[in-house]
Amino acid sequence: MTTTHSGRARNYLNAAYTLRSWLTTLDHKRIGILYLISITLFFFLGGAFAVLLRVELLTPRADLVQADTYNKLFTMHGMVMIFLFLIPSIPAVLGNFLIPLMIGARDLAFPRLNLLSWYVFIVGGVFLLLSVILGGVDTGWTFYTPYSSTYSNSHVALAAIGVFITGFSSILTGLNFIVTIHKMRAPGLTWFRLPLFVWAHYATSLIQVLGTPIIAITIVLVGLERIFGMGIFDPKLGGDPVLFQHLFWFYSHPAVYIMILPSMGVISELITCFSRKRVYGYRFIAFSSLAIAVFGFLVWGHHMFVSSQSAYAGMVFSVLSYLVAIPSAIKVFNWTATLYRGSVGFRTPMLYAFGFLGLFTIGGLTGLFLANMGLDVHLHDTYFVVAHFHYIMVGGAIMGYLGGMHFWWPKITGRMYPEALSKFAALVVFVGFNLTFFPQFLLGFEGMPRRYHVYDPGFQVLNVMSTAGASILGVGYLIPMGYFLWSLRYGPVATANPWGAKGLEWQTSSPPPTDNFERTPVVTEEAYTYPRSEVELA
Amino acid sequence: MHSHDAPVAHQFDDAGQQQEAVTLGMWLFLAQEILFFGGLFLTYAVYRSLYPEAYAAASHELDITLGGINTAVLITSSLTMAMAVHSAHAGRRKAILGWLVATLALGGAFLGIKAVEYAAKFEHHLFPGPHFQFPDPALAAPARIYYSLYFAMTGMHALHMVIGFGILLWLIWLTARGRITAQRAAPVEMTGLYWHFVDIVWIFLFPLLYLIGRHG
Repeated sequence: MTTTHSGRARNYLNAAYTLRSWLTTLDHKRIGILYLISITLFFFLGGAFAVLLRVELLTPRADLVQADTYNKLFTMHGMVMIFLFLIPSIPAVLGNFLIPLMIGARDLAFPRLNLLSWYVFIVGGVFLLLSVILGGVDTGWTFYTPYSSTYSNSHVALAAIGVFITGFSSILTGLNFIVTIHKMRAPGLTWFRLPLFVWAHYATSLIQVLGTPIIAITIVLVGLERIFGMGIFDPKLGGDPVLFQHLFWFYSHPAVYIMILPSMGVISELITCFSRKRVYGYRFIAFSSLAIAVFGFLVWGHHMFVSSQSAYAGMVFSVLSYLVAIPSAIKVFNWTATLYRGSVGFRTPMLYAFGFLGLFTIGGLTGLFLANMGLDVHLHDTYFVVAHFHYIMVGGAIMGYLGGMHFWWPKITGRMYPEALSKFAALVVFVGFNLTFFPQFLLGFEGMPRRYHVYDPGFQVLNVMSTAGASILGVGYLIPMGYFLWSLRYGPVATANPWGAKGLEWQTSSPPPTDNFERTPVVTEEAYTYPRSEVELA
Repeated sequence: MHSHDAPVAHQFDDAGQQQEAVTLGMWLFLAQEILFFGGLFLTYAVYRSLYPEAYAAASHELDITLGGINTAVLITSSLTMAMAVHSAHAGRRKAILGWLVATLALGGAFLGIKAVEYAAKFEHHLFPGPHFQFPDPALAAPARIYYSLYFAMTGMHALHMVIGFGILLWLIWLTARGRITAQRAAPVEMTGLYWHFVDIVWIFLFPLLYLIGRHG
């Protein structure tokens, strides 16, 4: 049998239909789909917590929940969104699916390890879910000691085990990507011919492999402290709770770049494709990804300006944090320069790319406010911080994720999504996002602290705006969910290359066959040889 | 040279590519292991600089003879592991089996001695917890931190050895079934890297934990 009931060629989706064939698959594309389904569920769970938070914040009083419950809600929102959605999101779904296709390989270097990392992820997710079901955790996603290690009466241990386990999934995925990118490239595909998406994932993987073990061992120490009362983080026993913060942020600041770098990789692909122009400054964008990964390891102290860190250490961390702005700005300038005199097409993925450009820039620039020691003393632990990192993680990372999902949806499923509706949804997401989070900058600047369920009545108008925005944003996320599912059955059949895009993944059929390519492609030219090259324009 | 007609997994073009990928993957894994233990070493260093006297006093409670013997045992197990890799490259099945079993036995001896040491610590109330007691009460709190790290670091090391046991047993099974040959030596080679890594961790742990204040 070489065709299916719909008369389409053999591909990775119709290769087998049983549940068993999915749960034991070694195909990177199918594993990408397994991740897609799981993280989508986690995303809506994390979103449900956000809804409850925003509803409570409609009024200055405690109406819906009391303080204890509120603490658990923001903790679970953060943990689910960060560990179960944002960190795996683009790498585990799009990276898994696309990296072998983009480099002309039949699979990742270690397919079994890839499947194992999904199972590890699910086991970790189950532990986190258990901690939710049994009553939740109230430490904040940051697990700060000594509250988490000694005093909290919530299910810290379960959640910590969950985070510990999902960490290994992240390490294994990163390891697999690094080896694959080093060793599995098609003939002729030199490093500087790689798509920038691959460069971004390479940088991300370095952080995953080198950063994640630190939080793993830190969580082990918190667990031991909780069980045996070891004293390492307990000031009563001579321990130093701030040491925990150092160890925690040594991973968790770079983890922000685990979330944003893959998104930047997506944006590079989208902007060059829909400008019909070779990306401007290829090498600068490639190396800026690596620079962000390296600098990212040296800036953790900016989370601790008010945690008894010495002023000199603070100054060094402040300067290093400013440095991250340089590679980030290089990317934004180069994307903008790519648009210049390009033949810009306003398709849905490109709308998300535009959204990313604006929102990431705001998120990045407000990061500079917070990297400034003097300003940070005023803004620390206020809604300004909340707004800042949501502009990066939601405005940046999720915009890129959605843009990428639209761009490669035809490749993944062989179906097109409805164009007009998806453009409308992109607009709804953009409007909803800004209405949710821009007021939070103002709230924070005026001094509203984060992590409280009650607030001064003077802050109510902005909070109502934020909650209204969150409702719109929620609708904006539900619409794509609906039409993506719809398109699986009713969407127009996609061609191999619906966007006229460059890149090896578009040279194979949609959806690709199990082995990706009929024969191993040979690469003879640079990436992004779109009609409008810089040379022609010069 | 030892990858002439090794079986190649479908995602690889040839045995050379497979061998390079597996080796790089193993080194990356060890890199993350270094960071993993690195968190413990950092914590050790921070508290040692804060409480040097308590560290020295607590260190004297450790049994340096048993620790020294264990160091020798473990280094010898690295030698037998290296010999197993060597035999695997030569494709000598009986030799591989012998060296692997020797490695397993030496590793078992290490853990046995470690268990004796642990038991003594429990008896002397040196396990951090509600029953912790230290001869010099003035140093009790920081000594407790020292022992927390002693148990965390050696415990994590022992856990890695137990995992190594599992892998060695698997290798012995593979070898017995004739699945390890000169062309298929990679599993033994990679296990060797892992075993040596675990050995090296101990080479750092031994002086840092046992030999404080014994110099000069």
